[in-house]
Amino acid sequence: MVNIKINNTPLQVKEGTTIMQAAEDAGFRIPHLCYLPGINEIAACRVCVVEVKGVKRLVPSCDNMVAEGMEIFTNSPRVRDARRTNVQLILSQHDCLCATCIRSGNCSLQTIANDLGIVTDDYARVLEKNNWPQDFPLIRDASKCIKCMRCIQICDKVQNLHIWDVTKTGSRTTVGVSLNRDIKETGCSLCSQCVTHCPVGALHERDDRQKLLAMCGALSDPEKITVVQVAPAVRTAWGEQLGLTREEATPERLAAAIKALGFDYVFDTNFGADLTIMEEGSEFIERFTHRDRYAWPMFTSCCPGWVRYLKGQHPEMVDQLSTAKSPHQMQGTCTKTYFAQKMGIDPKKIFNISIMPCVAKKSEADIPSINDSGCEKDVDMVLTTRELVRMIRADHINVRNLQERPFDSPFGSGTGAAVIFGVTGGVMEAALRSAYFLLTGQNADPDAFQNVRGMGGWKEAEFKILGERVKIAVASGLGNTEKLIQALKRGEVSYDFVEIMACPGGCVGGGGQPIHDGEELASLRGDNLYFLDRKNSLRFSHENPEVQMAYREYYGKPLSERSHHELHTDHHAWKMPGER
Amino acid sequence: MSRLTIKTQSAAQATVEELYKDLERRIVASPPGLCPVDMASAFLKLCHAQTCGKCVPCRVGLGQLSAMLEDVLDGNATLTTIDRIERTARVIADTADCAIGASAADMVLKGVKGFRDDYEEHILHGKCLAAINQPVPCMSLCPAHVDIPGYIALVHEGRWADAVRLIRKDNPFPVACALVCEHPCEARCRRNMIDASLNIRGMKLAAVDKAGPVPVPENAPSTGKRVAIIGGGPSGLSAAYYLQLMGHQTTVYEMHKHLGGMLYYGIPSYRLPRARLDEDINAILSTGVEVRLDCKIGDGEGMTSIAQIRSEYDAVYISIGAHTGKYAGLPGEDVRGVISAVEMLGTLADGGTVDLKDKRVCVIGGGNVAMDVTRSAIRLGAKTVKVIYRRRRDDMTALQEEVDAAAAEGAEIVELHAPVRIETDAEENVTGLTVSPKIIGAVKGGRPAPADSDEPDYTIPCDAVIIAIGQGIETRHFESEGIPIKRGVIEAADWSAVSSAMGVFAGGDCVTGPATAIRAIAAGKVAAANIDEYLGFHHSISVDVEIPAPRIKDDPAYGRVNVKERPVDERRTDWEAVECPLTDKEICQESGRCLRCDHFGYGVFKGGRELKW
Repeated sequence: MVNIKINNTPLQVKEGTTIMQAAEDAGFRIPHLCYLPGINEIAACRVCVVEVKGVKRLVPSCDNMVAEGMEIFTNSPRVRDARRTNVQLILSQHDCLCATCIRSGNCSLQTIANDLGIVTDDYARVLEKNNWPQDFPLIRDASKCIKCMRCIQICDKVQNLHIWDVTKTGSRTTVGVSLNRDIKETGCSLCSQCVTHCPVGALHERDDRQKLLAMCGALSDPEKITVVQVAPAVRTAWGEQLGLTREEATPERLAAAIKALGFDYVFDTNFGADLTIMEEGSEFIERFTHRDRYAWPMFTSCCPGWVRYLKGQHPEMVDQLSTAKSPHQMQGTCTKTYFAQKMGIDPKKIFNISIMPCVAKKSEADIPSINDSGCEKDVDMVLTTRELVRMIRADHINVRNLQERPFDSPFGSGTGAAVIFGVTGGVMEAALRSAYFLLTGQNADPDAFQNVRGMGGWKEAEFKILGERVKIAVASGLGNTEKLIQALKRGEVSYDFVEIMACPGGCVGGGGQPIHDGEELASLRGDNLYFLDRKNSLRFSHENPEVQMAYREYYGKPLSERSHHELHTDHHAWKMPGER
Repeated sequence: MSRLTIKTQSAAQATVEELYKDLERRIVASPPGLCPVDMASAFLKLCHAQTCGKCVPCRVGLGQLSAMLEDVLDGNATLTTIDRIERTARVIADTADCAIGASAADMVLKGVKGFRDDYEEHILHGKCLAAINQPVPCMSLCPAHVDIPGYIALVHEGRWADAVRLIRKDNPFPVACALVCEHPCEARCRRNMIDASLNIRGMKLAAVDKAGPVPVPENAPSTGKRVAIIGGGPSGLSAAYYLQLMGHQTTVYEMHKHLGGMLYYGIPSYRLPRARLDEDINAILSTGVEVRLDCKIGDGEGMTSIAQIRSEYDAVYISIGAHTGKYAGLPGEDVRGVISAVEMLGTLADGGTVDLKDKRVCVIGGGNVAMDVTRSAIRLGAKTVKVIYRRRRDDMTALQEEVDAAAAEGAEIVELHAPVRIETDAEENVTGLTVSPKIIGAVKGGRPAPADSDEPDYTIPCDAVIIAIGQGIETRHFESEGIPIKRGVIEAADWSAVSSAMGVFAGGDCVTGPATAIRAIAAGKVAAANIDEYLGFHHSISVDVEIPAPRIKDDPAYGRVNVKERPVDERRTDWEAVECPLTDKEICQESGRCLRCDHFGYGVFKGGRELKW
């Protein structure tokens, strides 16, 4: 412990504590902008400076530790002046058209500028020119970038993809795509962790709402039947920026809100998730019982960020991916085939919209070879959780007062196994629950496989099914994934089945989810999904009555000829940049 | 009314003079990797501020050039802008009335030619080719990328042994380098922006002097692989050290009687005492290196051939150095009394002697080796030693402090004289060196070249001539065994592999030509890493030394503490080390000057520290 004084208050603080943390703990909040604990502690914005008695220069509080006898002033006249000036300097290179900014109201720079009461421009505003392909799912607006470098650090340290880097030098130093590439030439996974960690509106998803809402858009076209599906992880995050508590933001209220936007059908991607388990679980059993025909381990394929990563970084392992489409793509195909047929609708009239916690899904839906319904696209549009929230706000829907309603049939029911698809380990747990049944004809305890749960970046487990050992691993975050793959390649580990999700914590922490600067909410949101699993009366994918009906009426059985054509895909039929 | 006045400097002018000095030092500390177009633009702005304003091309043209360069940088230019920049600059160079405008325009023209790619990248793609890859100046300029801010911080805390351990992560010759490294690390030290570069070598010297013997880390479990190292100099021994730590068994084949290569045979003991060099060598050998001394690789009687070695080992590292003395091709060179520097230093190193007592000696050359033989000749009791050099003293490639030391010890630097022939008597004894006086002439390739003075040649009477104009590499055997040789050196990739021979790697002087110890050490480190990969392993070299966190401190300007030398009268007669240790107070003050670029500025963001390699 060291004895210090902050703003004349004597304190005892643990050695190794940053000045910022010590001040925060003592109730003196120091504003900061670039700081991201553990990831970006580079003291670049100089907003968090404080005055330390006896030291001539001001000291950034984020990367300096307390020391015995230190006397710290967080709001001295010099500090006030410096903080204000540095924020004004940042603003001089920031496009301050807040009214039309995607992050207005959720922007750390805006908050700090407002908090500091900066109402005048003391410096000439010079903005960096913007040159970015606006059709790419990930958009960077150079005129908003404040060069905090968080995107670079997230991509380097957490995701191991090194897409971003510092480019140019001197006064023109900025953030750009590494190695002077165009973003479309890179192996960007589109995980969009850079987006969710951007403090301002410099990074965001391609906002596709207007294509839907405009007068010529599908929602305005009386001929079109608009069909929405909602991914598991969306239901645990959608209410965060609509003023709802987690108790209020139920899946049923979400269904009601989407219905209120005017869509014809609101389906639950949980149906697609249960369908995925039937296909992927059966595929695993097929591979497992014909071990010598396949390379090992088998990888899950439901995360398009991960699929992009594997294809871009380790193309020689692509055959190890399950051929099963991701749940929303399965459901997209299913809607335009089975559902259209069942309802007697022309599938070309259906407009499928997936609400996803994810930006990579936008590119997945654009893969030409993923379409099997005979229509131009199986999933016509992917919107992120954030875009959905914007639509609800635009229509001023009073979500709190909405009458809860179930998702529409026939894709309205999902099991507890499906809902945990949204969290790391969930796909694996769901698959094991059904694989156990498919192999033994009996259900295991639904919580028998729960040691794959938790926010660990790389988890391992081993289960015995019919005397056979099944070794599995679960990783989330591409940096953890790379470590796992390297260990596999070096022969240090071996598994039968591996689940990968590109975003840390899984889809709950997805790049399309609501943004809370400085907070990582994956764990909390994941707990909510496990709660929904627990309280569901059905906890096994093979017990989903609508999935059973779909097999009865249309697909026959898992891995049937028809499901092979419509629910599986060829991962070699399209290429990532640089993939041969 | 006074007809004349004495001008005194105004306060403003005095301040500007100070700022010029600040800027000079700042340019010295310019980090590597900046955008050349941006720098050219910045220089141009300074040039324009210097214009007197009389002539059109300089007053107006430089401003227009500046604007066009800004257009290039801002992405507002097309390829025709480059043509316009060139045309304008050419006209300014042609028509400016004085050097202020003409030389500024020449700088721009030089840039358009020298980094046209950078111009085009900005124009065509709005991007910049420059990138700051390694932002800590000292670390990036050290060929072995030693963690300099790390060990300076450890020295400051008096953690001497930890400093040595940290240095050894990247360089197993901390003692030798503390004494003789040419310290490229100091060239762009950011401290120049405040006062002067840190005495980095001096801090290393403090660490090794104070630490005493520091045990080496434990080797990784044995891999069963065997690697032959041909040549036991700094490069070969560095490779051997790291390969041993990685668990491979190395055998060093050394043709001399003693290990150390040029550190032993090329550097006189007054600069690098043998016992001090042995501190490094013994530490390296303590990892279990096998050594075959007096063992020449070749196809002669009793020699081992490279083919044989390749068949017996899993990999081979060739680090034979550059050990043959070059001669100048002067008439009379082949007589008694003429000796190459390599031969002389080698003889002395092996305990032999060269009889120069009371002789008049001429040394030909201007590099560090020339200074080494000069100072050795003085210690051997020569009556006079004259260093004959074609250019000016300032143009010598030897470190300035070496030249100064030689002069202080009594050598005469005969600048601007080219050797013509060696005069002999009937018994082929040297009687003199005929020289041709030169004047300094036009700048060629960035250096002023000597030119004819039109003065007659004359003879400097002398009894011995030492030729120190460079070293060559003994490549014949390797060439006949299929190792590619190009321009007298072994051809190896930048990752040390010899492309036409699987499992053969090469590095150090035999690849680069005669260079510095630290470059040879770096080559050995690179080779060790790539040999490890080649053998199918991914060992990493790291050290568990915790580096002190930077302290919050102000950085007032301070003078640089230099290493002092023993008094001339005392040192010129013996072979003991010439340098004196720094005092504790000096060490503390000097190490405290480090700006910790590993943390402050870019270092904390990227590339500040490599924990392992």
